[in-house]
Amino acid sequence: MSTMSTPRIRLPGSASEGEEIEIRTLLTHPMITGVSSDDPRDMLTRFEARMNGETVFAYDFENGSAANPTFTFFIRAAAPGEFTFTWTHEDGQSVSAEESVSIS
Amino acid sequence: MRFSRRSFVSGTAASAALVILPIPVAALDLSDDVAVHIDDILDGRDPREGGIELDAPAVAENGAQVPLTIRVDSPMSEDDHVTAIHIIATANPAPGIGSFHLTPHLTRAEVFTRIRLAEEQEYLVIAELSDGSVLQAAARTAVTQGGCVT
Repeated sequence: MSTMSTPRIRLPGSASEGEEIEIRTLLTHPMITGVSSDDPRDMLTRFEARMNGETVFAYDFENGSAANPTFTFFIRAAAPGEFTFTWTHEDGQSVSAEESVSIS
Repeated sequence: MRFSRRSFVSGTAASAALVILPIPVAALDLSDDVAVHIDDILDGRDPREGGIELDAPAVAENGAQVPLTIRVDSPMSEDDHVTAIHIIATANPAPGIGSFHLTPHLTRAEVFTRIRLAEEQEYLVIAELSDGSVLQAAARTAVTQGGCVT
């Protein structure tokens, strides 16, 4: 697989308990299906967003998912506001990012 | 009157900001592999048309990066929420685009991502709800430069 780059996450630094927060994620990745080129397949299989240890949003990638996958979604913020975002490659390797939202 | 290519492209980009009108899924002419892919998702359930708003360009200049916002009409409560949203291409080399998995921790059943369209085509969105019912919608996007599905 290609080397996984550093994910980019955009979310607010603080929020009230129960407040809606917008989360945007981007991972630079070629997402090569291997269908129409000689390049070997190089695809992510899953993205997961966890809040306080619980999976709150996920996505299973298939061939029609664009390169440099990006997502926007809206979460009800809950204390303590610890977020983990994980992208898993078809070969089993993964890259994660951790973010904290201060909940008041 | 003559149009340069540049003015045509910028004109289509301006029109691309519109929310595209939904197409009845029943009106689509689906290939066998697309129909099988959909049947696997439906698993015998009978989908209702509508309840899904698709926001995408009517004309995408780059088929490799087509922005798509999906909004499903749902309170996203513990008792009544969307559990999954599937996106299916009708004219890509493979029908599967991807599947979202949603939980009541989301405030709304609204998601954004970018998809690949190898050529102008319709694509379907199927939403699974927590009560076991299924919604579906379709839209069409023209592609100026095909998304090379690498």
